[in-house]
Amino acid sequence: MAVEVRIPTILRTYTGGQKAVEGSGATLADLIRDLDSRHPGIAERLLEDGRLRRFVNVYLNDEDVRFLDGLGTPVADGDDVTILPAVAGG
Amino acid sequence: MLVIARDVVDAIVAHARRDHPDEACGVVAGPVGSDRPERFVPMVNAARSPTFYEFDSADLLRLYRGMDERDEEPVVIYHSHTATEAYPSRTDVSYASEPGAHYLVVSTRDADSAEIRSFRIVDGEVTEEEVRVVETLD
Repeated sequence: MAVEVRIPTILRTYTGGQKAVEGSGATLADLIRDLDSRHPGIAERLLEDGRLRRFVNVYLNDEDVRFLDGLGTPVADGDDVTILPAVAGG
Repeated sequence: MLVIARDVVDAIVAHARRDHPDEACGVVAGPVGSDRPERFVPMVNAARSPTFYEFDSADLLRLYRGMDERDEEPVVIYHSHTATEAYPSRTDVSYASEPGAHYLVVSTRDADSAEIRSFRIVDGEVTEEEVRVVETLD
């Protein structure tokens, strides 16, 4: 099974500059673990204390996974995942 | 240095004044690698706060998809400070996630004049840069 994951500029240092990489997993958590096995350090940028970081947005087929099942969201072959850091400040 | 057209600056300031006392935010997109802030895109501040801003997550995705389709990137990311100076706060620095962007801060604390300053924020370091307002981008 393969999922395409689109990588934001700031995380491309982990993917050798690639804008998109492939991954697999039954859930988003598995997918992130899988990505980290080939792109070490990327999981740390996405997760804190085992949860998705507040200011990192992850979309599964264009839906924010916070409105799905977060890290437990099931992922299927052919799905599209996009990662975008929040644009925020104070 | 940030080179930016007068009408874009005016649009940014007008947006900041309109949303005051909440912070206003948005981007000015331009062709990838061009450093030309051409397309003004005001965004909704989902936080609706006088001290914090955040693009709504669905708006953010739409924005980035739109830029990808046009081969653009966010050349300028702007937001306003409604009671403090136009300098990046600690929060601004923590959340800055576009190392290639010019971070433009507008202060609307004074009703009669807008303070506009621009910065690069890379790896937690802030470097101020000159803002050159031109009539048109060449």
